[in-house]
Amino acid sequence: MIPISWYLLLSAFLFACGVTGFLTKRNLITLFMSIELMLNGVNLSFITFATRLGTLDGHIFVFFVMVVAAAEAAVGLAIIISVYRTRETLNVDRVNLLKL
Amino acid sequence: MTTHFQPWLIPILPLVGGLINGLFGKRFSKAAVATVALFFTAASFVVACGHACILLNSGADALETSYGTWIRAGSFSVDFGIYLDHLSMIMMLVVTGVGFLIHVYSVAYMEHEGGYYRFFAYLNFFMFFMLTLVLANNYLLMFVGWEGVGLASYLLIGFFFLKDSAANAGKKAFITNRVGDFGFLIALFLLIQHFGSLRYATLIDITSHFPVETAAGFLTAIGLLMLVGACGKSAQIPLYVWLPDAMEGPTPVSALIHAATMVTAGVYMVCRSNFIFSRAPIALLAVAIIGTLTSFFAATIGITQTDIKRVLAYSTVSQLGYMFMAAGVAAYSAAVFHLMTHAFFKALLFLGAGSVIHGVGGEQDMRKMGGLRKYMPWTFATMTIATLAISGIPPFAGFFSKDEILWQAFSSPHGSKAFWFLGLVTAFMTSFYMFRLLFMTFFGEYRGAQPEAHSAHGSHDDHGHDSHQGSPHESPWLMLGPLVLLGVLSIVGGWVGIGHRFEHFLDPVILNVSADQNALPSAEAAATPAGGEQEAAGGYTDTEHLLMYLSVVVALAGLGLAYLLYIKSPELPAKIAAGIGGLYKLVLNKYWIDELYGAVIIGPLLAISRVVLWQSVDQKAIDGTVNESAVAARDVSQVVRMQQSGLIRSYAGWIAVFAAVVVAYMVWMGTR
Repeated sequence: MIPISWYLLLSAFLFACGVTGFLTKRNLITLFMSIELMLNGVNLSFITFATRLGTLDGHIFVFFVMVVAAAEAAVGLAIIISVYRTRETLNVDRVNLLKL
Repeated sequence: MTTHFQPWLIPILPLVGGLINGLFGKRFSKAAVATVALFFTAASFVVACGHACILLNSGADALETSYGTWIRAGSFSVDFGIYLDHLSMIMMLVVTGVGFLIHVYSVAYMEHEGGYYRFFAYLNFFMFFMLTLVLANNYLLMFVGWEGVGLASYLLIGFFFLKDSAANAGKKAFITNRVGDFGFLIALFLLIQHFGSLRYATLIDITSHFPVETAAGFLTAIGLLMLVGACGKSAQIPLYVWLPDAMEGPTPVSALIHAATMVTAGVYMVCRSNFIFSRAPIALLAVAIIGTLTSFFAATIGITQTDIKRVLAYSTVSQLGYMFMAAGVAAYSAAVFHLMTHAFFKALLFLGAGSVIHGVGGEQDMRKMGGLRKYMPWTFATMTIATLAISGIPPFAGFFSKDEILWQAFSSPHGSKAFWFLGLVTAFMTSFYMFRLLFMTFFGEYRGAQPEAHSAHGSHDDHGHDSHQGSPHESPWLMLGPLVLLGVLSIVGGWVGIGHRFEHFLDPVILNVSADQNALPSAEAAATPAGGEQEAAGGYTDTEHLLMYLSVVVALAGLGLAYLLYIKSPELPAKIAAGIGGLYKLVLNKYWIDELYGAVIIGPLLAISRVVLWQSVDQKAIDGTVNESAVAARDVSQVVRMQQSGLIRSYAGWIAVFAAVVVAYMVWMGTR
């Protein structure tokens, strides 16, 4: 049996990838994918613990996260399209009107 | 109590009139405003007369009714109650009666002024508060009326509020009164603390167990504090300074508020509180001393003034001093008697002066009058009656009351020869300056320049109209009617005092105090033999007769001197004034009391207010705190707002950093 720490390490790696991608990339769609990566990293650790502890809580949480992520994908992509229509760019550093 | 006994109507009727005029008067015609004001005042007078009859027929000492509780706090409670006894009966009849006559007079006098409805609304409000003051059954309700008449007085003094001097005079009156009210209020607190009640009947009952305080005790303190309040309202030394300035108001206001009724509230209060004052001889002595000094000093100032209303104002202060002197020698009935006759003749004098001012087109300086006898015979006749009355020449009203006061000052156990002597000198001066006023105004040649009379308008008069005429003219009948009625009252008003009848009339109010004055047997001993001798000598003792003749002689001497100086040889006064230059200037400038107050009290007060309270406390401390915290918030925000860069990745970085911090913290906590 694969030790639990491997799952958790994979989960942490996925999450770290997401964070790094989010902080370093400029393209909105890349950021969006980074977010998905982070969510799935967390999902993985949920599943790991749920399996390990033999409860259903973690599974249910994962379903919720997936539902929310699906909704988020719909809304987020809509926002990205409309940002591109108005600004004609997907560079987040240039989408900075909301400031003092 | 029968269903006819509805004394609450007496104060409420003028209030209704005042409300109608105050709220809707702007849309009414002048005739409608006048009708409303007159109707409700007259109705109040009629109801007051009815209740006076009820009281007299009932034979009771006092009728008291309560219309519900106003304040209840533990065992202490205050009612909306009415207390009708012989004292409040006289006061309410004077207030409503004289008040009504003055309302009638005002209809014509204020005809050409702006704010007609405002004037009558204020006047009716004044009547309401004055009647509340007089009819209340406890000190707190009296205090409501007390403050209310102060407010009405302020509003009416400053009636011509566009004039700076009028607005300032209003403020001066109000603020000076506040000083007095402060004393009165403390007296009420002391009453609550010591007796737990402010109801007259309860207090009379409780205090009857107290002996006369020979040393200064709390009754003395209450008495002295009440005296402070009375000094403010009744314009006694040292708070008299507001009354002469109050003459900035329209003349009917001077007549009603600053001569006949409101300023006598202090006298009424002292008489009402006789159960306290009679047990506090020290407070009583203070009343007498203040009264005597005021009457004397005000009379000296009155001699030199040239403004017709100011002469009358100082004369009012002086006569109020007389009343205080009477109250101070425990001759409360004499004080109330003089209060009543004074209300008649002083209202008449002021209304007459108003008629004169009206007639000569707004001029108030007596040096620019003269010879008006020919132009205004009715005004002249009534003014003469009033002058004779105030000078104390029989058989006019003032003689009886003033003589009563002088006799009491001389003979009362609380009195002294010094009071009597100063009173007599004051009587001489009163007679002198009143005839001076009469002679300067009505005799000789008219000294006002006809065409110029218009240009003087608005400069220092309160009555700048009548530009349609050149020479002096008699006033309309609407104004003369009240003059004639008051003239009749000024003649017959004193006759009720013949044979000490008036004194006994007030016995129910005063008696419950002197009856238990066992601790001061001399008071009883001195009072009763005098009463016993009355039967033999037709009501008066020989000494009393002698003093009576003396005061008449003194009054005639004043008349004679005025005649000599202002009719026989009119150039003499200037020479005398030049001869005693310094003294004359001192008196002419009212002893520089206003300037003294200005330098000693108002100046430092203003300086402290400006430098410490305004510039230091308000501007630096309070404004400073507020402004500095605003500046600090702004400065912090300047730094913090840098965080809102609009860069999503910067936000995400912060979130990541702090999330890491939180996680690290939790891990660290978990490992402990």
